[in-house]
Order: sequence, then C-alpha cells, then structure tokens
Amino acid sequence: MRATTGEKVFGVFNITFLFGLSLAALYPLIFVLFASLSDPGQLVQTRGLLLFPKGFTFDAYRMVFMNPSIGTAYLNTLFYVIAGTALNIFLSSMAAYGLSRRDVLWKNPIMFMITFTMFFEGGLIPTFLLINELGLLDTRMAIIIPTAISAFNLIIMRTAFQAVPVELEESARLDGASDFRICWSVVFPLSMPVIAVMLLFYGVSHWNSWFSAMIYLQDRALFPLQLILREILIVNDTSSMMTDISSGDQMPIGETIKYATIIVATLPILCAYPFLQKYFVKGVMIGAVKG
Amino acid sequence: MAVIEKSNGSSAGIGGSGSRISFGQRVRKDFAKNKLIYLMLSPAVAYFLLFHYGPMYGMQIAFKDFAIKLGINGSPWTGFDNFVDFFSSFYFGRILVNTILLSLYSLIFAFPAGIVLALLLNEVRKSWFKRTVQTITYMPHFISLVVVVGIMFDFLARDGLVNNVLNSLLGIEPIAFMREADWFRTLYIGSGIWQNVGWSSIIFLAAIATIDPSIYEAARIDGASRWKQTLHVTLPGIAPTIIILLILNIGQLLAVGSEKILLMYNPITYSTADVIGTYTYRKGILETNYSYAAAVGMFNAIISFTLLIIANAVSRKTSETKLW
Repeated sequence: MRATTGEKVFGVFNITFLFGLSLAALYPLIFVLFASLSDPGQLVQTRGLLLFPKGFTFDAYRMVFMNPSIGTAYLNTLFYVIAGTALNIFLSSMAAYGLSRRDVLWKNPIMFMITFTMFFEGGLIPTFLLINELGLLDTRMAIIIPTAISAFNLIIMRTAFQAVPVELEESARLDGASDFRICWSVVFPLSMPVIAVMLLFYGVSHWNSWFSAMIYLQDRALFPLQLILREILIVNDTSSMMTDISSGDQMPIGETIKYATIIVATLPILCAYPFLQKYFVKGVMIGAVKG
Repeated sequence: MAVIEKSNGSSAGIGGSGSRISFGQRVRKDFAKNKLIYLMLSPAVAYFLLFHYGPMYGMQIAFKDFAIKLGINGSPWTGFDNFVDFFSSFYFGRILVNTILLSLYSLIFAFPAGIVLALLLNEVRKSWFKRTVQTITYMPHFISLVVVVGIMFDFLARDGLVNNVLNSLLGIEPIAFMREADWFRTLYIGSGIWQNVGWSSIIFLAAIATIDPSIYEAARIDGASRWKQTLHVTLPGIAPTIIILLILNIGQLLAVGSEKILLMYNPITYSTADVIGTYTYRKGILETNYSYAAAVGMFNAIISFTLLIIANAVSRKTSETKLW
C-alpha cells in the first residue's frame, strides 16, 4: 500500500498529537510526584513546570505517615475496599449465574426489575432516609451495603457467564454437582477475565468513594481516606498535621504535604492498574458491545 | 448495554404462551427444578427491592410534609405544594439552565472527543505506540474525583502552576480560575475530557474492531483514501454504538455529575455551577428540608426518564438502533 503525501503528513500529525495527549494525561501526576519529593523551601520559589524534584526530601511523606488521622483513614479505606468488593463479587456472581441459566421461569421479570433501576431511581433524599430508617447511619455498613450490587456490573457478568459452554455445566450436573457448586467450581473459574474486571471496577469505586461517607458518617474514626483527602485538598486544612512545626515553616511544607497525600492515596490504584488493564478492555467490550 | 432489548419480551414468556399445562403448574415445576437458583438470586432481588425500589416508595414524601418522627406513612399529605414552591423559586430557572448547559456542553465537546480519539488511534500502525497511548490515556479515569479536583484547585490557584506558566510565557495577569463563575463550565467540561476521553474511546475502538475487514478491502479497490474509508466505512460501522450511547447520554441530561460539582463549586460560582443535584443535596441533607428536596429529586428523575424514552423512540423511528 503506497501512502499519499497527505496521508503521510496526517500520520506525522497524528503521532505528534497522540504523544501530546499522553503527555497531558500523565504530566499532572508527574508534577505532583516531583513536587512531593521537593524541598518545601525551594519549591515555593519555583514558578512553572518541574522536570525533576527541587532538592530531595521524604519529609512530606514522613509527615503523612506519622499523621494518625491519615493512618486510620487508610485502614478504613482498606476495610471498605476489601469487605465491600468481596460482598460485591459474592452477590453479583450468584445473581449473574442465576440470570445466565436457560430455563428459569422468572429470569426475565427479575432481569427487567434490575435493569429498570439503571434508568429510574428514587434519588438522594429517599435513599438517605431509608439508610436512616434502617439504623445504618454512622456505621461501616452504610458504606458497604447500599452499594452491594451494581446493575451495570451484574449485566456484564451475566453476559460473560452465558458464554461458558453448556456441555461443561451438564457434565458437572451428571457428576451430581448442585447449581451452587456449578456456579463456584465451573462457571466462576472459567470467567476469570470478567472477574478481574469486576474486581477492578468494584474495587476502584470503593477506593475512590467519598460522597456516601460524607452524608452517612459523622464519626471521624470511620472516615475513609478520600474524605480526609477532601479536607486537606479542597477544604484546605493541613493545620492538624503540622502541630509540632513552627508557624513560619508551615506554609511551604503544607504544600508538599498535599502533594505527598495525593501520591499516597493514588499510588495503590496506579500500581494495580497495569496488571488488570489487559482484562478490562475485554470486560468493557463484553458489557457494551456484545451485550 | 443493548442487553436491555432482551428483557423487553419478558412478560410474554411467562404469561401463558399456549402450552397445555396451566401457569400454576409451570410455576411449581419451575420452582421445584430451580429451587437453588432462586435461593442464589434471592439476595440480589432483596437488595434491589430494598435499596432501589424502597427509595422509589419513599419518593412519595415529595407530596407530603415529611417529619422523621412521623415516618413516611404518618406524615400529612400536602399535594403539589413542594413542587409549586420549587417551580416558583428563584433557583428553579437558574439550576435548570445550569444543568442543561453543562449536559449540552459535555454532549457537544466531551462525547465526540472519545469518538475522535478512537478514530485517531485506529489510524496508528505501530501497535506498541497505540497500546502505550491507550494505557496512559485510560489511566486518569481511575483517579478519584477528590484528587482530580484537588489538583485543579492547586494548579489553577492564583499563584498556581497554570497562572505561573501563562504569566511567564504570555504575560497574562493571574486569574483565580476556581473562583470565577465564568470559568466554571470550561473547567468542568475540560477536566471531564482530561479524565475520561481515553476511557470513552474504548467502546468505539471495540466497535471499530468488529467491522468486517473485507469492506475496507473493497473500498481500497475502489480507490478510497484513508480519509474516505474513515468517512464511509468506519463511521457508519460504529454508528449504532454512537446512537446507543447518545440515547443513554440524553437520558442522563439532568444527571450531571453533582459529586464533582460539590467538590468544585463555592458560593461565588453558584451562579453557573449550581445544578439540580447539588441543590437537592443542600436543601435535603444540609438544611434537612426533606420533602422539598425529594420533590426536586423527583422532578429530575421523571424528566430524565421521559427524555430517555423520547430519545429511544426517535432513534427507533429514524434508524434501526434502539435501547429497547
């Protein structure tokens, strides 16, 4: 295939544009990383882009890790992510299994009931009052239970489960396996790519969630990391972290603490992401196109 | 997403499609055979009934003067008072305009961005470069809103990175971007594109991958350039996907991301930033004016659902593509 001049010019432009786009996607985080490692005094004097850290110190990270409220919040978030995702996967798998079977009389009405909630919902206030009514306000359960299943993710899982060959299921049944057994020992292990996607989708949404914590929780001891992060980054309050520093030094190091907190809160996701990436493109395709 | 098509024929299946055994017998037989399956489905059914249909039942407080002590059923009915209050309030026009404008702008700018990126990526021949760009541009999707908005506050501050660069390169006077109502929409849409353009391109790339290569072959033999191929093969090939997503987006017209706005806005920018979702939050959760806020939320839900149905009907008429 010979490319015309126009196509060659376009090719160069295209590569340049996509390179620029990637840089734009990446640079904000690189800046934050470099700034978090910089010496606070030198950083405030720097105006403009950072191509490497100004000076080098882990002071900000030391402050972040020594801070008791960040430590507690980190553990809380770990709890919400692990317990929440485990519950998500457990309930969604069983439901997706049931809805992927062929001869189940009430399958379609149940499917309709679930799908309908994607397009019409009671809204913020009735949900809040329900959580209050159930006595879940200010408990850890308020963060985990109301998001136990996502209709969207459930549909993706169901579609993936439908693709498991019927023969495998039938031979398991001949061996005397129950539906429960078939779900966990045949269908689930054969659907690992979609399970990986679900782990990522559910896990990330728990990790990043802050709004339900803000409206359902009052007790600071239960706060997830994102809520503390909001105080530091947006309500702009780093004072609680710097009680033992003389006031003159507070301003500059407050800045680097912010950056270090961002890195500490984002790093786990960015580390897990490349390993799961090969699965999730597949998952999105199952959910969106094939479905 | 088109799964929904299947659930549509549902009731026909159970009704009584002329078999000899009665409906009651079928139910009993089915239950005997699938007992365990129903047991496995029951937590999900209970969850959706309680946490999704429960709030729908609770929506009735929009027509009541709700007090927590009296409960949903015990609170007195007030008819349409809350709705009348809302429609006649100063905020109604403002939040409606803000909501619709933010949605329209994201439909005009953010929605096509994903399609364009997919088309550009599709033209890249070096697969390592394509993969790298994909990996990097998907990444911001996974960063939390709190961090994204936090970085915006930092970079866009009067003495922040953006102002420093603009000032030293172009000599522009510092602008307090996050405290200017005029900048709000640009920042909201722009940061949305930054965070999601890569992610939204996945679905279109997947659609492009399903196009039959022989159509490109035929186009090439007819002498079509790359640009012509994109125009006459690729775009028509992904049109159904585009239409489905467009319908879904129209259904979400009033559901702009109020979580992000709650993080971004402040009283100075309310005039352009306050939307139905954030207003519901302030009235209901902060001011505990539950019934009024529920009425606002209900207005939102009903309009959204109606828009979705209209968009679907229009698309059904004009093209074959439909959600149900």
